[in-house]
Amino acid sequence: MIEVKDIYKTFGDNHVLQGITASFKPGKNNLIIGGSGSGKTTLLKCIVGLHEPTKGDVLYDGHNFTDMHFTDRVHIRKEIGMLFQNSALFDSMTVEENIMFPLNLFTDQSKEEKLDRANFCLKRVNLEGKNKLFPSELSGGMKKRVGIARAISMQPKYLFVDEPNSGLDPLTSILIDELIAELTEEYNITTVVVTHDMNSVMGIGDHVIFLYNGQKWWEGTNHDIAHTDNKELNDFVFASKFMKAAREKL
Amino acid sequence: MFHSLGRYILLLWLSFRKPEKFKVYWAEVMREMVSQGIGSLGIIVIISVFIGAVATIQTAFQLVSDLVPRSVVGGITRDSTILEFSPTISALVLAGRIGSSIASQIGTMRVTEQIDALEIMGVNTPGYIVSPKIISGVSMVPLLVIVSVLLGLGGGYLACAVSNTVSTTDYLSGLTDGFNTVIVTVCAVKAVAFGFIITSICAYQGFYTSGGALEVGQAATRGVVYSCIMILFADLIISKVLL
Repeated sequence: MIEVKDIYKTFGDNHVLQGITASFKPGKNNLIIGGSGSGKTTLLKCIVGLHEPTKGDVLYDGHNFTDMHFTDRVHIRKEIGMLFQNSALFDSMTVEENIMFPLNLFTDQSKEEKLDRANFCLKRVNLEGKNKLFPSELSGGMKKRVGIARAISMQPKYLFVDEPNSGLDPLTSILIDELIAELTEEYNITTVVVTHDMNSVMGIGDHVIFLYNGQKWWEGTNHDIAHTDNKELNDFVFASKFMKAAREKL
Repeated sequence: MFHSLGRYILLLWLSFRKPEKFKVYWAEVMREMVSQGIGSLGIIVIISVFIGAVATIQTAFQLVSDLVPRSVVGGITRDSTILEFSPTISALVLAGRIGSSIASQIGTMRVTEQIDALEIMGVNTPGYIVSPKIISGVSMVPLLVIVSVLLGLGGGYLACAVSNTVSTTDYLSGLTDGFNTVIVTVCAVKAVAFGFIITSICAYQGFYTSGGALEVGQAATRGVVYSCIMILFADLIISKVLL
C-alpha cells in the first residue's frame, strides 16, 4: 500500500499541492483525476520521487520514501514500474532491449532467462514478435504497450501510469485501460493512474481522487461519480455533451 | 555562475559513483568510443592533412632566406602541429562534432522523460549517461589527436612533394632535428584535458535541459560555445605551465 501524508509542493510562489493525504491499496486501480494544472502529475512525481515534496511524507508499505537516501530508495524503485505519458522508451534500443534493460542492470539472470521474460512481457501486452523493432517504428498504442511491458518486466509491486490514453484513439485507449486493470488484478499491484480521460475513470476507476487547485477535492469510486453533488467534480466530469447525455440515462 | 559551477561539480561527482553493474556500463563506454572515435575519424583526417600542408607552405614562404636551412620548415611544422594545431584545432572541431551530439542526445532524453524513466528504475542516471561519455572522451580524443599529428606531418610532406618549395629530404630531416619530447607531453596533456572539457560541459548542458526541441538546440549550442571557450582557456594554462 502507498500512503501520501499531507503533501505540499511549491515551485517559487506557485503552490501546486496543498496538503494532500491519500492511500492507494494493492489490487485496485487508483485514479488521480483533475483539470490541467490541478497538480495531478506533480503529485505522481512526488510519490515516485522525481520531485521532492516541500512538506509531507510518502510511505511504501510503511517505509518512509521521502526521508530515504538515494541508495536506500533503489530497493523500493526496483519494485516500481512506470508508464510515462510519451512512453519514454529508449530510442537507441530495440523493443526487446528496452524490456531487458532493468533486468540487465538489476538481476543476475542468464541471457536466455532475460529473453524469456522479455518475450513473456511482450506476449502479455499482445506484441509478440516485435522484439527487434525500434521505438521509431512503433505506433502510439504500441509504444504504450511496450512501455507497460518494460514496466512489468521486474514484476513490480507498484505501477504508476501517467496519462495512458493521451494521443490514442478511443478503441486503443480502452485496450490500454483493460490491460492496466488486468495486470493490477492478476499480480495484485498497487496501481496509480493519472488521467483526465473520463472513459478510463468510468471503466477502471476502483478508487478515484479528484484534485482541484492542488487540493484533494473529492474521493470515491467510479460509481459514486455519477451521483455526486460536488459542483467542481460535476463541472469537470460532465463538461462534454456526451457525458451529460450519458449521465441523464444513468 | 556559482550555482552552475556547483551543479557541474555535483554532476561529475554523481557520474563516478559505483556503477550498478559494471558490464552494462562497459558496454556503454564501448558504444561511445565507437561513436566518438570512429565517427570523428573522417573529419579529423581531412582537417589534419590540410592543416599540415598549409602550415608547411606558409612556414616555407616566411623563411625564404639563404641564411636559414630549408630543413627548419620541417621542425617548425612538427612543433606547431604537435603543440597547437593538432590538439587545439582538432578539439575545437570535435567540440562541434562530439559536443553537440552529446548535448542534444542527453537533452532529448531529458525532455522525452527517458532520464526520468531511468531514475524511476533506480539507475544512477549521471553515472549511466554521463560517465561513459567522459571516459570515452578522455580516451578517444588523445587517440584522434595522435592520428591528427601523424596526418598533419604527412600533409606537410605532401605539400613539399607537390609544391617544391622545400624538398622532401629537407622536410624529413627537419622533422627529426632538435626534437624535444616535452612537446609530446604537452600535446598529450592538452588532448586529455580537451576530451574531458568537451564531454563534461556538453553532458552538463544536456542533462539540465528543460522544455522542448528549442531548448535542446539551445543546450547544444551553449555546450559547443562554452567548450570552445574552455578549450582555449585550458590551452593557455597548459602551455604556460608545461612549457
